[in-house]
Amino acid sequence: MRNVAVLGAGMHPWGKWGRNFVEYGVHAARAALADAGVDWQDVQFIAGGETVRNGYAGYVAGSSIAQALGWSGARVATAYAACASGASAIDIARARILAGLCDVALVVGADTTPKGFLAPSGGERKQDPDWLRFYLLGATNPTYFAFYARRRMELYGSTEKDWAAVKIKNARHGLNNPNARYRKEVTEEDVLASPVVSEPLRLLNICTTSDGGAAVVLCSLEYARSKGVKDPVKVSAVSTVTPRFPKTVIDLPDIATDSAAAAAPPELTFRDSIAAAAYEEVGLGPEDLDVAEVYDLSTALELDWYENIGLCKEGEAERLIRDGDTTIGGRIPVNPSGGLACFGEAVPAQAIAQVCEVTWQLRGQAQGRQVDGAKVGLTINQGLFGHGSSVILTK
Amino acid sequence: MPHAAPAVDGFFTTDPDPALLGTRCSTCGTYHFPAETFFCRNPACDGTTLEQVTLSRRGKVWSWTMNRYAAPPPFPQTEPFEPYGVAAVELAEERMIVLGMLTGNFEALKIGDEVELLVEPHVDGETLIWKWKPVA
Repeated sequence: MRNVAVLGAGMHPWGKWGRNFVEYGVHAARAALADAGVDWQDVQFIAGGETVRNGYAGYVAGSSIAQALGWSGARVATAYAACASGASAIDIARARILAGLCDVALVVGADTTPKGFLAPSGGERKQDPDWLRFYLLGATNPTYFAFYARRRMELYGSTEKDWAAVKIKNARHGLNNPNARYRKEVTEEDVLASPVVSEPLRLLNICTTSDGGAAVVLCSLEYARSKGVKDPVKVSAVSTVTPRFPKTVIDLPDIATDSAAAAAPPELTFRDSIAAAAYEEVGLGPEDLDVAEVYDLSTALELDWYENIGLCKEGEAERLIRDGDTTIGGRIPVNPSGGLACFGEAVPAQAIAQVCEVTWQLRGQAQGRQVDGAKVGLTINQGLFGHGSSVILTK
Repeated sequence: MPHAAPAVDGFFTTDPDPALLGTRCSTCGTYHFPAETFFCRNPACDGTTLEQVTLSRRGKVWSWTMNRYAAPPPFPQTEPFEPYGVAAVELAEERMIVLGMLTGNFEALKIGDEVELLVEPHVDGETLIWKWKPVA
């Protein structure tokens, strides 16, 4: 097993602060470095998650944050993979450590987001699928979430009450999380009375966009030992897979899927294959998980993820939420952080934030939301244009 | 709307029986929409001859939604805003799913219902766009 250690984790609280994304990144980086007991000037490599909504400084987020921390001569890379950017940055840092090219690396992602729907870049760009889906179809992100939700409803008997139960659970989980943006109980009535955005999804079924920052310090196991950490939380697998042709499930920003006229669809859907690759890399399976952080862009999508990561068979996720299996104290707690329901999405920071949460869970430091005795945790997420993102952490 | 032009070139015909314009790989038979003209997306195929084809005019609903908030630009902004439907439609022959806005009486649509392609004005009436309409 090829592990790297998570020596430190840190975040800037999520919110709608309206400040420069670099401030959140620096705050999170300093928190992670302090947690790790590592001086910034000893960091040999910094990987940043790119933000596309903050001008040029965002395109080169790794160096923008390095400059703010103070130029140190560290090597640098910036990764963009949409919502999976954080996992890509982690993967680059991990690979560099495993290759012996560095001992200790800082991974950081931060974003400042505008209010409302995430929109494409400006100008008239008729070659850009992300621009075209808005221009031609008004196909916002919740449009796609609604497609999946309606299928759960018609094919598996999912109900609005099931989706409200996901929101209620995540709101309760996040109540004591100091980094969560929303720390308030939500009732079924609140969810069912919220306005419909994209039928059948209502406002409280859909995550917001947020400002925030998250960082981890990764290092070799030898480096961790040199810091006196003998039994660190470890990154044991990172899955950044692309889909296999033909991808037959419509996904943002697609206007159409691949055609399966000439080649049979793969055995696993893209979302199933993201987790499968992570499990395979570390030789574990869903039965080994103690905790999971999944990308609940919508409450109904959280149920899809239960199936994609193998917690149950297709069409059975409603039973898990109804039985309380995924609540803290249940068989396999999901989103103990409160998930996107409590955070909102800060794109390049989010996959790193998931890793921060699982790190704290495996260390037993997730105060007020601890999953007892958690030893193995998985994060999962997907970036548009075909970016898988899953990290398995072990203790 | 006889004088309006398509919102985008090369995506659909404006015949009385309009159709989406895609391409089909001459080597392996894979369809592409929007059209690919330089390469085939099948990883087992190195074909570079892609013929323009019209796609099936009928398909079955894979899923759909009614959007009750205005999408941001470049979606045409109208006052007042009218909710609009979007469907994901499975085409049997091409074995692919194609999105499109909905028109007609679609409020009771179910997964698997049949829809047909039409070309109609976009939400602001300035251009033409393809839409899916339930088959009565």
